[in-house]
Amino acid sequence: MSGNAVDQIFIRAKEWLLSLLIGRVPDWAVQIASSLINIAALLGVFLTLFALISVLERKILGRIQNRYGPNRVGPFGLFQPVADGIKMLIKEDIVPARADKIVHFLAPVLIAAAAILTLGVIPYGRNMTPFVIDGGILFFFAVSSASELTVFMAGWGSNNKYSMLGAMRAIAQMISYELPLIITVLPVVMIVGSLNPDKIVDAQGTYVFGFIPHWFVFTPWGATAFLLFFVSGLVESNRTPFDVPEGESEIVAGHMTEYSGFKYATFFMAEYIGMFAVSGLAVTLFLGAWHAPLPFLEFIPSYLWFFAKLSILLFVYIWLRGTLPRTRVDQIMNFAWKFMLPMAFTCLIAAAIWHYTGRGWRGWLWSAGVIAAVYFTLSILLETKKKFAPRTYRFAE
Amino acid sequence: MSAVTFAIIAILTLAAALAVATLQKLMHAALSFAVMFLGISAFFFLLGAEFVGLVQVFVYIGAVAVLIVFTVLLTRHDQEKTRGFNWSGVVVALAVFGGLIWAITKTKLLQSAPRPIEPITVHRIGELLMTSYVWPVLCVGVLLTAALIGALILVMEDKGQ
Repeated sequence: MSGNAVDQIFIRAKEWLLSLLIGRVPDWAVQIASSLINIAALLGVFLTLFALISVLERKILGRIQNRYGPNRVGPFGLFQPVADGIKMLIKEDIVPARADKIVHFLAPVLIAAAAILTLGVIPYGRNMTPFVIDGGILFFFAVSSASELTVFMAGWGSNNKYSMLGAMRAIAQMISYELPLIITVLPVVMIVGSLNPDKIVDAQGTYVFGFIPHWFVFTPWGATAFLLFFVSGLVESNRTPFDVPEGESEIVAGHMTEYSGFKYATFFMAEYIGMFAVSGLAVTLFLGAWHAPLPFLEFIPSYLWFFAKLSILLFVYIWLRGTLPRTRVDQIMNFAWKFMLPMAFTCLIAAAIWHYTGRGWRGWLWSAGVIAAVYFTLSILLETKKKFAPRTYRFAE
Repeated sequence: MSAVTFAIIAILTLAAALAVATLQKLMHAALSFAVMFLGISAFFFLLGAEFVGLVQVFVYIGAVAVLIVFTVLLTRHDQEKTRGFNWSGVVVALAVFGGLIWAITKTKLLQSAPRPIEPITVHRIGELLMTSYVWPVLCVGVLLTAALIGALILVMEDKGQ
């Protein structure tokens, strides 16, 4: 792989750090040090990003709602996260008397661990994947599926009805949306023929006619899959308009009701890091990861492109939060099973058609036709005249 | 290095398994179950079967453990009730242990050296599933679809009445 000096500056820096160790300590220690450097870099970058985005989010929301947002601490209120962090650290940590102490304590720890682990397999730039695993995409989903259990631990360990209700809601929507989330990834995996994130990035590195980047979002199935993936990611990270599990007006703060001080901050952090991870995966799968949008822009370092695309997606997250009201639980569920899932399967079929019609303009038209047909059929079928009456069940009484 | 890792994982997995059997609260037992699954997936990683290890985490922790936890929550159980010591359980456990020991000691060890194992990649697994093992895969697919439809029928809204 090529790459100029600025592009590879972090790789060189790591190699230099490791060269200080080689020869003085045994090989396994060098390996551990190499991993530790990756972990430290990941944590450093993403915790800074978390601090930045928390203040930027409040600023942007303020702008949307025609007010100032935080502007007291430091220039433009930029030191607000520092003040918030100190506040969270010195707050009293209250554990309910009837809570399950161990489970209550472990839940925030594990949820943060799961969120941070998912960051490890995303390629941030040329040669900049922290942990290269052959089944990287699978690893991402395996770890994020474990976070459902931790949400449950938080809800159950608190011994509080609001916590429990919040956890039930969270798990219901996370399980429902995990399906479209994973199935929309399948077309990309199928077309590339690999679960390795680096190979998926390489497959998007060329240009059609010398200027249109070969990103999957520019194919009909890719565009549809990207939208579905983005919405599912929004639900998975419990963000507005899908923040039913922690809807303040209904169940206080859902599974986080009984957490205070730094434990609450840990949940907050895990939520944001989960958001970064899902957006990062969306950038990797559909938006060409660290590749430049135009060939002559390749001189700009790859990691800058990645973080530029990531920040655009994060901005959309904040924008949606400022714009849309909260949906109802049954609306979310209906949307998942009646619309998202069939559309996700359609993407899979459309990608297969695109592949077998030669991946050219004919495939483009055919797959666009299939997706449009299914979309219109669904929109007609789902247009039912709702009767409002108490729900009755046939067997489960 | 590998032996030490094996020992650590084995101790953790066995401890979690023991906790599942002995803990008083059902929820704690269910959560220890998840830890045990994690230990087993660590064994798969140690053996170089990356894909199986990841699927183990995915299916057993992401789905089965959540299902168990849900079931524990939705069914009625008395936390206060203390159970007496179950002697029949000891007999069954001893019988199983004895049977396993007998089977292991009777088994002849293979004398030939193991063949060199080619690395199992995700690519190769996919290829095999779509060629040699395509019928089992399809059967599992049909079975899971049937289960899904069954679950839907159970919770379907009744329009007739």
